Amino acid sequence: MASALIRVPERARRGEVVEIRALIGHPMETGYRRTQHGERIPRDIIRLFTCTYNGTEVFRAELHPAIAANPFIAFSTVATESGTIALHWTGDHGFTATESAAIVVE
Amino acid sequence: MTDQDRSPSRREFLRAAGSAAAGVALAWVVVVRPAQATPAAMQEAIAKVVGTARVSPGKVKLELPPLVENGNTVPLVVKVESPMTETDHVRAIHVFAEKNPQPNVVSVFLGPRAGRASVSTRMRLADTQTVIAIAELSDGSFWSDRADVVVTLAACLEEP
Repeated sequence: MASALIRVPERARRGEVVEIRALIGHPMETGYRRTQHGERIPRDIIRLFTCTYNGTEVFRAELHPAIAANPFIAFSTVATESGTIALHWTGDHGFTATESAAIVVE
Repeated sequence: MTDQDRSPSRREFLRAAGSAAAGVALAWVVVVRPAQATPAAMQEAIAKVVGTARVSPGKVKLELPPLVENGNTVPLVVKVESPMTETDHVRAIHVFAEKNPQPNVVSVFLGPRAGRASVSTRMRLADTQTVIAIAELSDGSFWSDRADVVVTLAACLEEP
């Protein structure tokens, strides 16, 4: 299981733009590298990253091999209501990871 | 006497020939330069996203360090000037690299709920090259920015 680190503010004012940062441990193997014996190392990357706010998708990113290992993504969203912000990563070889955080909007 | 008659006309001929050559050279530069700056693979990838729409420079700000020691992790920030309202927002931001094995880097999709059109991540750079960010706005227009990056140690080359 991959380890993910996410940063979501615990509380925010209604309508405030909050920054969300996500980092996940993953090699992001490009598929272009070879071993010392000349065999190609198969591609193993995270292809899709999404963020849902109380079940509604607010942000989506399609990643390609040009994204560095241990992908870091920072973006923003408007704090509309109290609830859960969930981040999902999906990748090659059935890789999935989910991490969520609660936010209180006052 | 005949020499004096001839020399101005020869000078005129040379002058005319010279300016004609300069004109040809100028036309050659103007025509050829855009094709050289962006290799075919990246143009193709951009065309897949943009279609036949025009991409204008402006509104987008692509922040990359100008000199990178290690191409394996290069911080990248894309910001787009937009009020991010229901009627006027950024729909998507696409990043392309000219000399990586694949031109696509990342595509992000956002909407009015993002509040601010700003995204950061870290990318790989295989070589010294130009990186382009293109933003698609809700009115269907496309805007772009480019950044030139010099890379000392390239990504994708090291043995595992």
